[in-house]
Amino acid sequence: MRRALKISLVTVTGAALTLSASACGGKKADSGDGGDTKKTIKVGLAYDIGGRGDKSFNDAAYEGLQQAKKTLNVDVKDLEATKGESDNDKQQRLDLLASSGYNPVVAVGFAYAGPLGKVAAKYPNTKFAIVDDSSVKAANVTNLLFAANQGSYLVGAAAALKSKSGTVGFLGGVDTPLIKSFEAGYTAGAKKANPKIKVDVKYISRGTDFSGFSDPAKGKTIAEGQYDAGADVIYHAAGASGNGLFDAAIEKKKFAIGVDSDQYLTAKPAAQPYIVTSMLKRVDTAVFNFVEDASKGTTKAGEQTFDLKNDGIGYAVSNPEAIKDVQAKLDELKKQIIDGTITVPNS
Amino acid sequence: MNRLKNSPLALTVLAAVLALVFAVAVTAVVLSASGFDPLSTFQAMLDFGTKPDSVANTLNRASTYYLAAIAVAIGFRMNLFNIGVDGQYRLAAMLAAAAGGAIALPPVLHQAMIIIVAMLVGGLWAGIAGVLKVTRGVSEVISTIMLNFIATGVIAVLLQKGRLGHQVAGSDNIGTKTIAPSGRVAGIPYPGANLQVFGLIFLAVAVGVVFHVVVNRTRFGFDLRATGLSATAASAGGVNARRMVVTAMLLSGAAAGLIGMPQLLGASYTYGLDFPTGLGFTGIGIALLGRNHPVGIAFAALLWSFLDQSSQILQFNDIPKEIVAITQAAVLLSVVVVYEIVRRLGLRWQQQTVAAELAERGPAGTKEVAA
Repeated sequence: MRRALKISLVTVTGAALTLSASACGGKKADSGDGGDTKKTIKVGLAYDIGGRGDKSFNDAAYEGLQQAKKTLNVDVKDLEATKGESDNDKQQRLDLLASSGYNPVVAVGFAYAGPLGKVAAKYPNTKFAIVDDSSVKAANVTNLLFAANQGSYLVGAAAALKSKSGTVGFLGGVDTPLIKSFEAGYTAGAKKANPKIKVDVKYISRGTDFSGFSDPAKGKTIAEGQYDAGADVIYHAAGASGNGLFDAAIEKKKFAIGVDSDQYLTAKPAAQPYIVTSMLKRVDTAVFNFVEDASKGTTKAGEQTFDLKNDGIGYAVSNPEAIKDVQAKLDELKKQIIDGTITVPNS
Repeated sequence: MNRLKNSPLALTVLAAVLALVFAVAVTAVVLSASGFDPLSTFQAMLDFGTKPDSVANTLNRASTYYLAAIAVAIGFRMNLFNIGVDGQYRLAAMLAAAAGGAIALPPVLHQAMIIIVAMLVGGLWAGIAGVLKVTRGVSEVISTIMLNFIATGVIAVLLQKGRLGHQVAGSDNIGTKTIAPSGRVAGIPYPGANLQVFGLIFLAVAVGVVFHVVVNRTRFGFDLRATGLSATAASAGGVNARRMVVTAMLLSGAAAGLIGMPQLLGASYTYGLDFPTGLGFTGIGIALLGRNHPVGIAFAALLWSFLDQSSQILQFNDIPKEIVAITQAAVLLSVVVVYEIVRRLGLRWQQQTVAAELAERGPAGTKEVAA
């Protein structure tokens, strides 16, 4: 037994050494000090839980970053959060970016509010932006806000107009105040287009359980239930879980509405005919503009709201076959929201 | 070698070190196979992990991990698998935060009240599983898992506007009312760091000491261990096994209630949507790694925390941070195997020693037995 253990240990260690020796030409890692300086601007971005690959909110931020990388020739670095981490970890992540010369730094999601406040005070010369939060105020912090309820209002109207059954669905990821404002806008829009419409609201998870943003299987099950219960158009605000909605839509041959990005463009071909439209929350534009401003040194601190008026919010028309018959009505509503005739509720 | 044979502690340390070496080797293989240089990666992790801020954060994280693992270990010592530590601490932290935010008391009393509420809530929530086990024979594994889900649901219901939830203007977070400064615990500055070390790290140390004393130096601790080793034997010895199960669950839950306290009273001051989750499950791994021993768990918690902390630099170098999860899994798996190997080796050495002693005595010994 003893010998066997020794031999196996020696073998494993040996193998590890051989492999590591052969991989010496591989990528080297550094500990965060310094780094190369050939490009003048280094842009840092920190995601909240969920991270890249949700084909929705976080990916939209990533998209803006990639666009900046291409057109502005800047260096980018994006870091993801770990499940169950604390404020300290977020603070250190932002600190790591700022201390390594990343400027500007973009924090994606409300959970960064507290940590950002502390880091922004420590690095007064670094420009920061935070998406979806206006509680942090500092001379070097830009708050990127979105009137997502306005866009949700429009797709709510679209859903009600497309519905033949008289029932439309809302599939929320987690019942956070943010997602509830999507729901409020959607319901109001649907009722505006058809006062008799029934809105079937379901959330995948609730409270502190954020799994609802990254659980396509559960999203699919719930969406199937909503379709079976009579809904024939469902709008999701559930991040990566929304992909489950599209799978359900294919199976039930019913309509779905995407969120944040134009999901018609990223969906699999089988799902495309069923995606009527997507509520566009242009996180990509916001991130790109902010980086561009930073590269010119023209960032403005404080709130910067993206809404229907400045096209920071909108609805997608990439599936003309599905949307064209209601487009005129939607554009009319859009005009009324912009000129203030309609006020969209927030909660 | 001879001294090693006779010291179980040295054997345990040796086993842990072997497991760590093995895990590092596995990680190196994975890194190489993915095209990264292991040496510079480990160097980067070490450099980043030993920065002042990282050390402070490692200590903070370790203090919550430690409490989580002790909570699990209390159950383990009794052969009870309390998987519900996660739900117990989250529910406890939320209700304690709400109580602390609602009622203002003078300093010391305020903190004590919050901590006591947390222990009560955690204990009672775990106690449900204990009572179900002794009255209805429900396995605590099943009931505690279920109670985790129920806790999540209860928190979701209570953390709404108009109930216990308050929304800060301009924020999409929702949390309990912020605890007034009189209920907070000041941090300890760490030289060169921006982050402070949680003042309640001493609570973790105290809980470890109490755990050690109660388990090893009291009648209750003896009953606990005896029941854990053999419930029937303990019953025969006059231990009320049913009462032991409920008490152990209550204590495990009360310890679980403390898990959220360093974070709540040292940094968050409110239980919101961004409060750390999943610590209870981490605690199970750490309790296993530390062999349910208060000192072992301390080292395990620090190691785990250090790995989590230093993993932050990996993404910065475009290396997937999941690499560290592989290291942690490898440590855990190999430590179980190595402990078992070492235990058997120890047993064999013992037998050889006894056999050798008997052989030395030779026929005389045989005669004695015959006589």
